[in-house]
Amino acid sequence: MKTDNHSSFIFSATDIEPEIFLDTAGSRLAAGGRAIAYFAVPEGAAYRLVLAVAFDRESRVEVYSAPLGGPFRSLTPSFPQLHLFEREIYEQTGYTPEGHPWLKPVRFTGANDKPGVADFFSVHGSEIHEVAVGPVHAGVIEPGHFRFQCHGEKVFHLEIMLGYQHRGVEKRFIGGPGPRDLRYAETLAGDTSIGHGWAYCGAIEALCGVNVPARAQALRGIMLELERLANHTGDLGALSGDVAYLPTASFCGRLRGDFLNMSALVCGSRFGRNMLRPGGVNFDLDYALVKELKLRLETVYRDVENAVSLLWNTASVIDRFDGTGTVSKQAAEGLGLVGPAARASGVGLDTRRNFPYGPYENFTLAVSGSGDVYSRAYVRWLEIQKSADLVAAWLDSLPEGPVSAECGDLKPDCGAISLIEGWRGQICHFALTGADGKLRYYKAADPSFHNWQGLAMALRNGEISDFPLCNKSFNLSYCGHDL
Amino acid sequence: MIKALIARIKQGYRTMEFPSPEIKLPPRFLGLPEIKAAGLEKAAAACPYAAISAQAGTLDLGRCVFCGACAKASPAVKFTKEYKLCAGSREDLVLGRDGARRARPVPEDLRRILGRSFKLRQVSAGGCGACEADCNVLGTLAFDLGRFGVQFVASPRHADAVLITGPVTKNMALALRKTYDAVPAPKLVIACGACAISGGPYSGHEECPGIPADIPVDLYIPGCPPHPLTILDGILRLIGRVE
Ligand code: SF4
Repeated sequence: MKTDNHSSFIFSATDIEPEIFLDTAGSRLAAGGRAIAYFAVPEGAAYRLVLAVAFDRESRVEVYSAPLGGPFRSLTPSFPQLHLFEREIYEQTGYTPEGHPWLKPVRFTGANDKPGVADFFSVHGSEIHEVAVGPVHAGVIEPGHFRFQCHGEKVFHLEIMLGYQHRGVEKRFIGGPGPRDLRYAETLAGDTSIGHGWAYCGAIEALCGVNVPARAQALRGIMLELERLANHTGDLGALSGDVAYLPTASFCGRLRGDFLNMSALVCGSRFGRNMLRPGGVNFDLDYALVKELKLRLETVYRDVENAVSLLWNTASVIDRFDGTGTVSKQAAEGLGLVGPAARASGVGLDTRRNFPYGPYENFTLAVSGSGDVYSRAYVRWLEIQKSADLVAAWLDSLPEGPVSAECGDLKPDCGAISLIEGWRGQICHFALTGADGKLRYYKAADPSFHNWQGLAMALRNGEISDFPLCNKSFNLSYCGHDL
Repeated sequence: MIKALIARIKQGYRTMEFPSPEIKLPPRFLGLPEIKAAGLEKAAAACPYAAISAQAGTLDLGRCVFCGACAKASPAVKFTKEYKLCAGSREDLVLGRDGARRARPVPEDLRRILGRSFKLRQVSAGGCGACEADCNVLGTLAFDLGRFGVQFVASPRHADAVLITGPVTKNMALALRKTYDAVPAPKLVIACGACAISGGPYSGHEECPGIPADIPVDLYIPGCPPHPLTILDGILRLIGRVE
């Protein structure tokens, strides 16, 4: 069944015969589809398997579902992009995806699970050694466990185990919408509060069929791009710090804060909390605020340009970025990577262009690269320029009118998919309502869910000392993965 | 090299003075709330986190995620722009009680040890990463935490205190315990953010049992996330560097 970004569909229309479900899934993925959601929703005494496939070039989403009552055939051997989805289904239902090459817990939610305790790949032989890091890392950073199989400095394989941040958010949406929902969405990944907040609002709005006023859309766009500006700027600084080039590291650390303070000027919170609401936004801009924001954008952007251009002109930086941690286009596509990391490997996916929503009419931005740290850094810089242009343009021409519309009741027995291009990449929220018009199921996928495996691939045959640099070039979210 | 020097001149000197009466937070910032008894029921009913008790006439800063729903529902709650929110005990976080919200510096003998060199081991235990981000910001040149002799360190063996963020998920309980045990005594504990104090947005989740009772907390820093200034103020108060 076909549907669009941010529109609702009758859920029963997605039903297909269980016998053909997996074959259909396989053929859609083989036809160039990218899985954006694959999960099992409780139904009666068993489950229903739901798959959403995006066809990026045609701006089209297809959804299929079928009853699931036991073990099922794993599609991962043919379509590696499903590997984590299937592990998640296994963890949540207990049904084995038969033939999955590496079936193990995702978030250690079982009663007897011990976080991080599972099988790991291991390499044997003389002079082979294993390096285990985490969950508590050296810096002020979220927890995760990394295990490297090394020969001297060379990394054969990196395996990443997460789940330490699991706080059980998804299931709390069920039975809603409730008063805690927006903050739940905003804290799925705290540095992506606007991205996930918008994805949540988009899903609810589609389910109530409300039209968000144009002014609210533009204000959301401003906040989403400010979020992107802050994070990309901060990451370029951090990358610079990881190669011991301190000028850009210091400058960007401050400049990231200046973007966050612009968000705080709009809604009081540096992370954009409380800005959004289903139906629109909570804060408007008056003439004075628009003027102040424009002024700040101009000065901060000028300083960012100054700080970042140092990177491309410094041989020691380029030497460390260039050719480090390469992820091929083939690997990026095979694993279903998203966001700047995918674009840096030459995958042309940007939700703002492929699945336009809100204020992103006619969005274009051509970015590409060879998949190394340099590309992932340079793509960020290109995106910074674009975001600054977008914010300036919206500030110049804010549509008149209200900033929110009232949301009515949710349509019963419907589904909605909400895709947003967060700064890390595509965010997907999938909401289902029951017969009572309450949320029956809610599934959120942060870009990190897809991209952690990309980081593992970046380390293959690289040097272990390049890990911090590669890691920072992705800068993935632990909490966004763990939910 | 010359380009870096020119950039340095262009970027200028950016470290803020702290503490300073000049510090201004944005007009829409939600800082320390003020409460009135009249109309507090409505505010209490609007709070999704049970932070307000109309009966007792209190607002618990430790449960509050600063969502502003109460102030929208009733004029009984008003938010000021005061960013100094920390307290030395859980009870002191409850507004509306007598003598509430006292930040207590550590005793004189500890202050002599820690006052000029205070090393923190941060443990992220659940949460959304925003508290971590606002701790990291203190290391930037804008705040320059190092000038106060305060530093985040990698090894718990080098630390004087553990700064905990997040609601302490089941899956992080063991790692937190091991880190805490690895810090040599005397050691302090800081609970940073609504999550660490009360579970915050995740309060009531069985996945998040919270900081165990036998890890005593010396400083509570409310917020979701706390503003970097709130964290800085709290840490410096704890070691007696601001009064
Ligand atoms: S601002 Fe705090 S007290 Fe008020 S409703 Fe939100 S969480 Fe409750």
